[in-house]
Amino acid sequence: MIINVARKELKSMFASPMGWVILSLLMFAFGTYYLNGVNDYFAVMSGAMRPAERTGVTQFVGQMVYGFASFMVLFAVPLLSMRLISEERRSQTLPFLFSAPISLTEIVMGKFLGLVAFLSILVVFIAAMLCTLNIWADIDFGFIVANSIGLLLMVASFSALGLCFSSMTQQPVVAAILTFIALFALMFLDRFFAGDPSNTLASLSLTRHFQSFSGGLIDTADIAYFGLFIATFLTLTVRRLDADRLRG
Amino acid sequence: MNNFTVEAIELTRLYGGREAVSNVSFTLSKGQVLGFLGPNGAGKSTTMKMLTGNLAPSNGSVKICGIDMMENPKEAKALIGYLPEMRPLYKELTVDEYLTIAARLHRVSAGNIKKAVEVAKERCGLGHMSKRLIENLSNGYQQRVGIAQAIIHNPMVVILDEPTVGLDPIQIRDIRALIREVGAERSVIISTHILPEVEMVCDHVQIIDKGKLVFNGAIDVLKKQRIGNKLLISMHNPPSTDELLKIAGVTEVEVLSAGQMRVRFADNATPAEAIVQAAVQNNWGLHQIAPDQTSLEDVFVQLTYQEQAVTEASVS
Repeated sequence: MIINVARKELKSMFASPMGWVILSLLMFAFGTYYLNGVNDYFAVMSGAMRPAERTGVTQFVGQMVYGFASFMVLFAVPLLSMRLISEERRSQTLPFLFSAPISLTEIVMGKFLGLVAFLSILVVFIAAMLCTLNIWADIDFGFIVANSIGLLLMVASFSALGLCFSSMTQQPVVAAILTFIALFALMFLDRFFAGDPSNTLASLSLTRHFQSFSGGLIDTADIAYFGLFIATFLTLTVRRLDADRLRG
Repeated sequence: MNNFTVEAIELTRLYGGREAVSNVSFTLSKGQVLGFLGPNGAGKSTTMKMLTGNLAPSNGSVKICGIDMMENPKEAKALIGYLPEMRPLYKELTVDEYLTIAARLHRVSAGNIKKAVEVAKERCGLGHMSKRLIENLSNGYQQRVGIAQAIIHNPMVVILDEPTVGLDPIQIRDIRALIREVGAERSVIISTHILPEVEMVCDHVQIIDKGKLVFNGAIDVLKKQRIGNKLLISMHNPPSTDELLKIAGVTEVEVLSAGQMRVRFADNATPAEAIVQAAVQNNWGLHQIAPDQTSLEDVFVQLTYQEQAVTEASVS
């Protein structure tokens, strides 16, 4: 049943130009970054004489692309997640889902997975793009896998937060702005506490938890953080929708 | 164990302390079409939302084919097809895509989805609209898609909130035929404020006013109230009321305007023939005689007004 809601969401996403445009523009941007990264690699490495300065091509290009990607999804996810519930609320299509034999949790999970499935297209494409380096170099696949998992978890957390804000309002634009502000704050929280890295608030920052993935390290603590983040916001969304049914 | 398809037990819904629906109880059996009547804001849609599990009742419970909506919402909802007042259509999809999603969400098995979509389209006269975007359909066709969505999984109970709004007369006729067809084997609840529609389609009527059930019974009861023992007579040279009262069976004569009279007669009496004969003999110049029907509107107003009077009396 969750799958059916997700499929419906994907269909809506691809039924409007919005989804295609965002996908293609993002891929264009990532592609440009990738090409620049490869060029820069030769420029930088030819100047780096000492062995300590030399890094592998996967890490050099990968870090550039994934760093940029994690920043770009900050703009892309609010645009995609804003419609999920607020649009349905505005055009009064929610009763269609509410009167179908599916639970609220299934509705929310379906919508969340639909969006994550859409965004995972990006993650897969980026990974595929980086794998093309393997044609002339021996690349570190583990690094790409770790980064892909990190990016996917990050995108999923963004989506969960976006879904939650989308459920709170009737105006998709309001949802997008709120999501963007919240994500921006969470991303750069650690910058505010640069002088005190052990601060509790700083450890809430999404960027900090992405960092270990971007170094090629899959840390269960970070996976747990993202998992809890997603679970929290999905639960809040279910609660919000339940309030609709209770309070009307 | 009874075989009621819908059981509403003391449904109450509060909106911030104000009772939108209070203590509404009724039952519906298989093969019945229930008409839900009431003025604007009476609580029709609120009741329907509670029946379909879109709104939690403040008090009371709903059972669909014996399954409690609160305890087993999924099982209960699987038996319901619902068309809310605002059509829940995804306008960026085509008719086929939308109905396929509706069938999938309502647990139609994968192999039967195509067939279910075809049948629903055919029943609602949407066959030639399959590939059109819902956005581009006219109001009436969008309404049909809404109805198709509600019957696609062949539910036991079909609940339609004002299904004929925005349709042209031919479409209204088709939809009424469809409602009767569905109602023959399933249960249908429709809400409307078009009174003749109720008489045409429903066999049970409920009138709800200010959240309270004012009338609940078979349509025949309402019809009887409507067609009283009354005749409306128009004459060029009207006689005095005494002369009319002499005719057997006539109990009361009321002069409406110059030449027009309303005649009441006793039960089982048929004074029409005698009146016509008398009119010819005495040269009254009779040019119209017809049974005087209270319109359904009048009955409706009476019922909602009576209720008001009763409550006012009980307060004072």
